[in-house]
Amino acid sequence: MADLDAEQKGTAQTMAARLWDSRWLLAAGIVAVLAVYALAGISAYVVLASLLLLLAAAILPATGARQSTGSGAAIEAIGLQRLSGEYLAAAVADPLIIFDRAATIVHANAAAFAAFGGIAPGMSLSLKFRAPEMQTLLDGVLSGDVASDVVDYMEKLPVERAYRVSVSSVGHATDLYVLVFKDQSETRRIDRMRADFIANASHELRTPLASIAGFIETLRGPARNDAAARDQFLQIMQSQTGRMARLIDDLLSLSRLEMKPYLKPGTEVNLRQTVDSVIDSLGPLASENAVAIERHYADGPLHVPGDRDELFQVFENLLENACKYGQSGGRVVVSIAHSDAGSEPGIDVTIRDFGPGIPEEHIPRITERFYRVDVETSRTQKGTGLGLSIVKHILTRHNARLSIKSEVGNGAAFSVHLPTH
Amino acid sequence: MQSVHIVSAYDEELKYLSKRIAAMGGHAERMVEQAVTALVNADPGLAQKVIRDDTVLDEGQREIDDKAIIIIAKRQPMAADLREIVGTIRISADLERVGDLAKNVAKRVVAVTDGRQPTSLFRGLEALSNLALTQLKEVLDVYASRSVEKIGFVRDRDDQIDAMYTSLFRELLTYMMEDPRNITPCTHLLFCAKNIERIGDHATNIAETIYYIVTGDQLPAERPKGDKTDKISLSETQPVK
Ligand SMILES: Nc1ncnc2c1ncn2[C@@H]1O[C@H](COP(=O)(O)OP(=O)(O)OP(=O)(O)O)[C@@H](O)[C@H]1O
Ligand SMILES: [Mg+2]
Repeated sequence: MADLDAEQKGTAQTMAARLWDSRWLLAAGIVAVLAVYALAGISAYVVLASLLLLLAAAILPATGARQSTGSGAAIEAIGLQRLSGEYLAAAVADPLIIFDRAATIVHANAAAFAAFGGIAPGMSLSLKFRAPEMQTLLDGVLSGDVASDVVDYMEKLPVERAYRVSVSSVGHATDLYVLVFKDQSETRRIDRMRADFIANASHELRTPLASIAGFIETLRGPARNDAAARDQFLQIMQSQTGRMARLIDDLLSLSRLEMKPYLKPGTEVNLRQTVDSVIDSLGPLASENAVAIERHYADGPLHVPGDRDELFQVFENLLENACKYGQSGGRVVVSIAHSDAGSEPGIDVTIRDFGPGIPEEHIPRITERFYRVDVETSRTQKGTGLGLSIVKHILTRHNARLSIKSEVGNGAAFSVHLPTH
Repeated sequence: MQSVHIVSAYDEELKYLSKRIAAMGGHAERMVEQAVTALVNADPGLAQKVIRDDTVLDEGQREIDDKAIIIIAKRQPMAADLREIVGTIRISADLERVGDLAKNVAKRVVAVTDGRQPTSLFRGLEALSNLALTQLKEVLDVYASRSVEKIGFVRDRDDQIDAMYTSLFRELLTYMMEDPRNITPCTHLLFCAKNIERIGDHATNIAETIYYIVTGDQLPAERPKGDKTDKISLSETQPVK
């Protein structure tokens, strides 16, 4: 349809014209990026990248918009306007939302979709960001009292996040505004982690330390010359120090998980292979406890998006519990099955044991830190009471669900539902 | 979805109502969050703030009631719009109650922290309030997105909240029986837990109202309760697509 030769010859002019046509847009874009940069302190790389992209979008022939050459300039300018706006937004690594006078979302970049589920163009921003400080921020800029503003915004659920949010109007009289979220969770979490770690560790280490201190006293006093007692006491002390070391490991791994509440996207996990290697690694424990592990896997590929090491840890914890607490049942069944229950298709990994089970009233609580159904059993099994809270953390990050079914006397089944979307 | 009105001032009025609901919702969420934080961290200063903040919700409810009545009188809305306005009145009443309950938790902070209670109790309360707050947050998110087809989650989480509350209740009773000196602080904690559980109930009410606003129907009744087996689900997030 379009004349190819003419088009090739005209490339230079078109390019110049295109640049000229979009000069205001470009200027506005650059101003917006710089404003955002100044407000939120985005790394210089992002700014550079977005400027480059903006330029590229203006200069490179837009291969998609090429239907007519007559009224081309105007149409292309419009196409360009839309395109470059999206490119610009996409090039910013932080969540970015563009909205209009009525606080309606016009565009949100991928980072914004990932960070705040359930937003969509056309939705009201003030209905979604309800926190008092966000309401004040939006009201301020929309009423025209201020051209731009910054506020610290905290979200507690589903995972704790802290942002420095900056808002400003885009260009002049565009009636558009841009909201940029700069993630501050890391720094805040480091502080929290320190406080939490000390609180938890000091509380939980007190008991084993007290018992070790007691044994040392006995060894230096009454049992000084009793070789048999000495040996027994040293053995207990060794297992207590082992417990303390594990406790610290578990606490650290929990803290590390809390530090990075998002999952890095894009990796796939082969559940069959992961679960198999968990079973292999727990082989010694299973045979020591005389527990036979049975596998029931569905056919075909069993892949879900996620982090392999983390999911390994989940199944390891669950299988370890099944072997330890369900020992009396003599066997543990590990099954992987597709599930299309409800709106979210996924894969269920279920670990079922035939031990004593868990009394109903404890089920809602056992994923809390240090919660144990029976402190004595957990202690003889060298448990720290952190296993299931680590599991819970990892699964929250995977948008996954854990359901626990149990009947006293008939064992327990821990089911992990991993979405496949 | 919504009929186009000729009068755009009317639209503005409806928009204003939903914006006020969202602001009240945000405020209520914050109050619950801070009340529980004050309780867990034994922070009477924060508790005082929560108690003071309650007036904002009282005013919000009064304003929404007034505005809604004026709109009904002036515009004589039909069907969907009428549901929206009446729904707004109902939701703001629920949110106001949530604020009262949070305030009541805040008022107990001093009494509870007089004697140190076992940390496991506070972890339990935190877990309970996380469930209730997630319920409230996701329900209000549905108010924003209007995607009522996903609202089935409220029933499941309501059950989880009940189960968690029952478990906490038992634990508190054990402590009271162990040592009579625990009775006073544990009674306060028991009321705190009850309040948080009721906050979850109000969130469920709001979900029902939203469902009614959008569809004109009642939210499908509860599915039959599970037998002996119990179930919890940990995902605080509904997967987003
Ligand atoms: N399969 C099971 N059957 C019966 N009780 C269980 C089962 N799995 C877990 N529990 C109970 O839940 C409690 C918490 O488990 P969790 O894995 O969090 O801690 P732990 O096993 O004590 O310590 P850790 O896993 O950190 O070494 C356990 O102490 C136990 O009482
Ligand atoms: Mg364990």
